[in-house]
Amino acid sequence: MSDAMHDLTLTLNGQAHAIRVEARRTLADALREDCGLTGTHLGCEHGVCGACTVLMDGQPVRACLLFAVQAEGRAIRTVEGLAKGGALNPLQRAFAENHALQCGYCTPGFLMLGTAILETDPGISDEALVEALSSNLCRCTGYANIARAIRAAADAMSTEGAA
Amino acid sequence: MKPAPFRYHAPRTEAEALSLLAELAPEEGRVIAGGQSLVPAMALRVARPSHLVDINNVAGFDRLAVEDGWLRVGPLVRHAALGEGAVPGPLGRLLEVVRGQIAHLPIRTRGTVCGSLANADPASEWCLLAATLGARFHVRSLRGERVIEADAFFGGFMTTALAPDEILVELRLPVLSDAAHTGFHEFSRRAGDFAQAAALAVLELREGVIAAPRLGLGAVEDRPRRLLEAEALLAGRAPSEALFREAATTARAGLVPVDEDPYRLDLAETVIRRALSAAAGMPAP
Ligand SMILES: Cc1cc2nc3c(=O)[nH]c(=O)nc-3n(C[C@H](O)[C@H](O)[C@H](O)COP(=O)(O)OP(=O)(O)OC[C@H]3O[C@@H](n4cnc5c(N)ncnc54)[C@H](O)[C@@H]3O)c2cc1C
Ligand code: FES
Ligand code: FES
Repeated sequence: MSDAMHDLTLTLNGQAHAIRVEARRTLADALREDCGLTGTHLGCEHGVCGACTVLMDGQPVRACLLFAVQAEGRAIRTVEGLAKGGALNPLQRAFAENHALQCGYCTPGFLMLGTAILETDPGISDEALVEALSSNLCRCTGYANIARAIRAAADAMSTEGAA
Repeated sequence: MKPAPFRYHAPRTEAEALSLLAELAPEEGRVIAGGQSLVPAMALRVARPSHLVDINNVAGFDRLAVEDGWLRVGPLVRHAALGEGAVPGPLGRLLEVVRGQIAHLPIRTRGTVCGSLANADPASEWCLLAATLGARFHVRSLRGERVIEADAFFGGFMTTALAPDEILVELRLPVLSDAAHTGFHEFSRRAGDFAQAAALAVLELREGVIAAPRLGLGAVEDRPRRLLEAEALLAGRAPSEALFREAATTARAGLVPVDEDPYRLDLAETVIRRALSAAAGMPAP
């Protein structure tokens, strides 16, 4: 079914990636298999776990519930775009410092969810933060340290911003 | 967990979308909106559409406006957009509460209100809201436009009055009067899960008694609906815990639940009492 192949250009962390995929290729699979960006993880592949969370035009989405063809022309950000020149960003550092990961499987999804939270609502209430974090599953940490890390990153960023 | 192959179409206008659907619906072509129900079903291979008509690029489908007493919701209005910002007053506040019960943030940014209605999951919050408020469904195909009333739209478990070549182009929700009080309560096992029982109550209080009550129940029967016998019992009476208990017992007697579990009927009674209490400004029973 060669006519069912699509030639696409995805914009990933600001860089153009030209790929050729079937329509049924999910964005998550395209990132991992066609673009070599294996930071985005796949857990359930049906929208429940959030391991595949990426940002599309600044909003968190499930990459397993989007087809790559639908992402053309949109700005996609993945966990690979967070560190700059090998240096962890404040959110990544806060995850490490607050023991917000153990096995790390859920971490890319939580980092992207956390990025969306920090960008849209840096002063988020504790209640709303817990609600937002219920989006993704973590089988190791018990979530408390993830919430703590996001709060710590928000604090670090606001003092950096003020300085 | 990979969807079966399909052909992908991305129309840019409504006319193009309707003609693609007219052509492809007989070959199991389907609309994809947010994809938050369809793509999981495709991943599980419960759904195997041969063609997808993606309406995400259709100009004007994201319209959201208040006009002539109706909130008009286009096919690309995402869950996240239907809250207090959409309309002032009791309806906006109700939408805000209801939206907070639907899935999670990354699903609300993508899933659509009209997609939820077309999907007609009996536990869908938007379906319960539409059924209780008496929404109108504007649907179009190449054959023309028709308007379907809420009590005729839901046909049973994940079944609607939509024909395969029709697109739900607009949901219309009646704007609630400033005197309306609303109460919504749902029970689900985990945050963001589909409800096991959900109830919505809308009423006014005039001189201490209930006026114009609307009471809806979702997730218990194969489709959401108004509980007319309980409504009749509430009208003209003063709100009290005893009255709400009586309304819940009356409602229970007429329910045909999706499963045999008596627990679900107990839940139905509880969510009804809590929704009514919330609407009347009383503490949760
Ligand atoms: C983890 C998870 C949890 C969820 N929890 C909830 C929950 O608690 N409550 C809830 O209500 N939902 C929940 N959902 C489902 C979600 O709300 C979906 O967004 C919604 O059910 C369908 O909307 P959609 O735009 O994603 O539709 P799609 O998945 O794109 O389509 C669903 C169906 O509707 C049809 N369709 C879509 N739009 C139209 C249209 N305009 N005209 C005609 N047909 C159309 C499609 O052909 C398809 O058959 C959950 C989903 C996930 C993944
Ligand atoms: S892999 Fe996408 S939500 Fe689980
Ligand atoms: S760190 Fe192991 S699943 Fe979250």
